[in-house]
Order: sequence, then C-alpha cells, then structure tokens
Amino acid sequence: MATLELPETLIEDFASIRESERLDLLLEFSEALPELPARYADHPELLERVEECQSPIYLFVEIDQDNLTRLFFSAPPEAPTTRGFASLLFSVIDGLSVQDALDFDIDFPSKLSLQKVVSPLRLRGMIGILSRIKRQLREKSLK
Amino acid sequence: MPIDIDSSEKFRQYADPTALVSTKWLEENLGKPGLVLLESDEDVLLYQTGHIPTALKIDWHTDLNDQVTRDYIDGAGFSKVFSRLGINREDTIVLYGDKSNWWAAYALWVFKLFGHENVRLLDGGRDKWIAEGRELTKDEPKPKPSSYPVIERDDRKLRAFRDDVVSHFGKPLIDVRSPEEYAGDRLTAPGYPDEGATRAGHIPTAASVPWSKACNEDQSFKDLAGLEEVYLKGAKLEGHSDVIAYCRIGERSSHTWFVLKYLLGIETVRNYDGSWSEWGSLVRAPISLGNEPGPVPQLV
Repeated sequence: MATLELPETLIEDFASIRESERLDLLLEFSEALPELPARYADHPELLERVEECQSPIYLFVEIDQDNLTRLFFSAPPEAPTTRGFASLLFSVIDGLSVQDALDFDIDFPSKLSLQKVVSPLRLRGMIGILSRIKRQLREKSLK
Repeated sequence: MPIDIDSSEKFRQYADPTALVSTKWLEENLGKPGLVLLESDEDVLLYQTGHIPTALKIDWHTDLNDQVTRDYIDGAGFSKVFSRLGINREDTIVLYGDKSNWWAAYALWVFKLFGHENVRLLDGGRDKWIAEGRELTKDEPKPKPSSYPVIERDDRKLRAFRDDVVSHFGKPLIDVRSPEEYAGDRLTAPGYPDEGATRAGHIPTAASVPWSKACNEDQSFKDLAGLEEVYLKGAKLEGHSDVIAYCRIGERSSHTWFVLKYLLGIETVRNYDGSWSEWGSLVRAPISLGNEPGPVPQLV
C-alpha cells in the first residue's frame, strides 16, 4: 500500500514545476494507479460509474476494520488522464479516517495548477470523482 | 514537395479523394518531407502514453481554444502554434486521434478556418492503427520551429453562429448527438460531463443523425454508398443543400461536417460550435422535445 501523501505536498509539487512537466507528473500518477483486487475485478457490477468523467471510470469505496477509507478504481489505459485523476485522489485519501475523508477539501482539484495544461473542463472530471467518493462514504458510514 | 494521395478504391469514390489516408498508406509515407503527422485526442495525456512514430501533439482545448473568450485562437495565435510545431503553409497534414477521430476532425475544421489547404484524416484513427498492431512510440519529435504566416481566421463559410441558425430555419439542420440527448431525455451523452446547458431537447426542425452512422465498426468511414444511404436517402440531403450540423460543443459535429463536406461533397456545410451548450442555455431560444424534428418556430 502506498503511503498517504499530504494534499499540501502535492499542491506544492505541481506548482513548483514547469507547465510541461505537470503533464508528465500526472502521467506518472496515471501509471501508478493500483490494479483492482480480484474481488472487484471479477465483479464489475459492484463498482459505481462516475458520469462526470470524459472517459468511463468505476469507483468503489470501502471502510475497513480500522475505520479507514479504502478506494478502488477501474479505468482503461486509453483514458490516462482519468486514471491520473483517480490516482492523485487515491494518494491523498486512501487510508484517511472516514471523518478526515469526508472533510477532505472539495476544492483540491482546482489547487493543483492543472487548469492551463489540462483545461478546466477536463478538471471537472476529477471534481466528479471526489464528490462520488464522499457520497459513497457518507452512505456507508451511516449504515 | 507535394505528397502523393492515397489512391485506394474506397477513397476514390468520395467527392474529395484526397481527404483520407489509410493506416497502410500512412505507414508507408511516415517521415516524408512535407508530411506532418498530428495527434488530436480528447484525453490530454494519451499522446504521451504512446503515439504513431513522427507524430506531434495538438490539443483542441489548450492549443486551439482562446483561453479567455469562448472562441478559437486568432491568426497570430495560430501562427504561433503552427510555428512551434514546425509546420509550413504548404505542408500536408495528416490528423488522427482517439474516440473515432472526433477531436482530429475538430482540429481539421479549425485548420480549415485558417485556410490550411492540405489536411487529411487517418481513416479509423488511433484505434484502427493500434488494432492492426502497428508501431507506437513514446519518442517525441523535436521539430525545428518554422515561421507560419499570420492568416486571419475566416468564419464565414464553415462556421455557424446562433444568429445564423435562427436565419437558417427551413433549411437542413443536423443534430448528431445521441437519440437520448436529441429527445431531451438527458443533457449529456452517457458517460460524458455536463457541459452546462440548462435545458434539454433539440433545435426545432433538426434531423437526428447520430455521428456514428457515418462509421463502420472499426471506426473507419463508411464507403460512399453507405454514406449516401444515411445522409441522402435517410436525412434527405442533396448535393446543393445548405446544411448546419451541431452537437454539444462542436466536436462530434466536426466529424459529421467532414463527412458531408469532403466525402459527400455537399455544397454548403457549416459547423455550429456553440451547439447545444449554447442553444440549450439561451433565454427564449425555441426547443423541441421528443423524437420528431418539430415545426419551424415562430420567433418572438
């Protein structure tokens, strides 16, 4: 399991490099998106499709026995940007307590200095994923 | 030096036999002087994951759109982008991309607003090239900058604005979105972001011809007979028609615009890039719901 990153660190990482390098960094995240565990890979119907993304992405949120947030994503290799968005969110949210994940800054995607290189329209996809994570988490923490 | 055309039997039937090249032709002509290969994708990172050797990247949003006004870049901006890519005015450009070439066709349409003469699409786009097991690379060429002239954009012949649509009622309008978007059952294509229209439905009198009707299963364009079946027999267009096509933001309708103009040779074809994201938000703009085009609206 990758170690949890602080959102401030990522915001700073992206802000401190040149615009052209921001895409390379997003691509690195895209390539680092963890594979789905078999229990989801074999049951795609358990995953929720995020409609806001330009390319389809499927998402599943779990709360583990230590009351920590666990995220699972599936997005095709032809959608590297969407995978990059998912992977960025994974690196800052997977492993947070439920409360910390619910409180996570909804404006995080717009703070990553990606508007110019990715476009605000595409960034909406990332905001969409983040909203779905929080919604699933709210539903599950009420049970 | 002029670049040979792809003289495949299928392409020779089209109104403009130079508008397309096949994957086989491209493979044989890669790297020829005077040939520029450009990838234009919906996904801003896809090029970086691997592309056709020698291809450069152009992005519809970050390169071709003005970053402030909802409009395309101007002549100076276009000259800057093309000079950076090392493109000369007389070069032959081949465009290809993801998603059945939507964004490649969109870039081609913008290039035509600037009157770049030799632009062709790769039939079947990125997916067909990959499906055929042809080579991909991550090597990004470093082109020597050129000095592309500053050509003012000419919107008159190929681009329609909302007032043009209003004065067009009675002449053919083609809505290329999904049947659900046309009928007003949903605002966006399944799996796509909401680009901000406040109402659903279609522009009254528009015929519904989803863009995908122009494609075969492998995303290549149908042959001439197949296209005639859809657009001439089906949508009742004629060679001398004056047509406006639209979708949500103008990318899928660029695909249909390309088919009508270059493959079928219809006389006047314009792309309404404001499309549903503008029309569906305009105060008092008439809207039709359901599967029928609806009558010519009484304008207030």
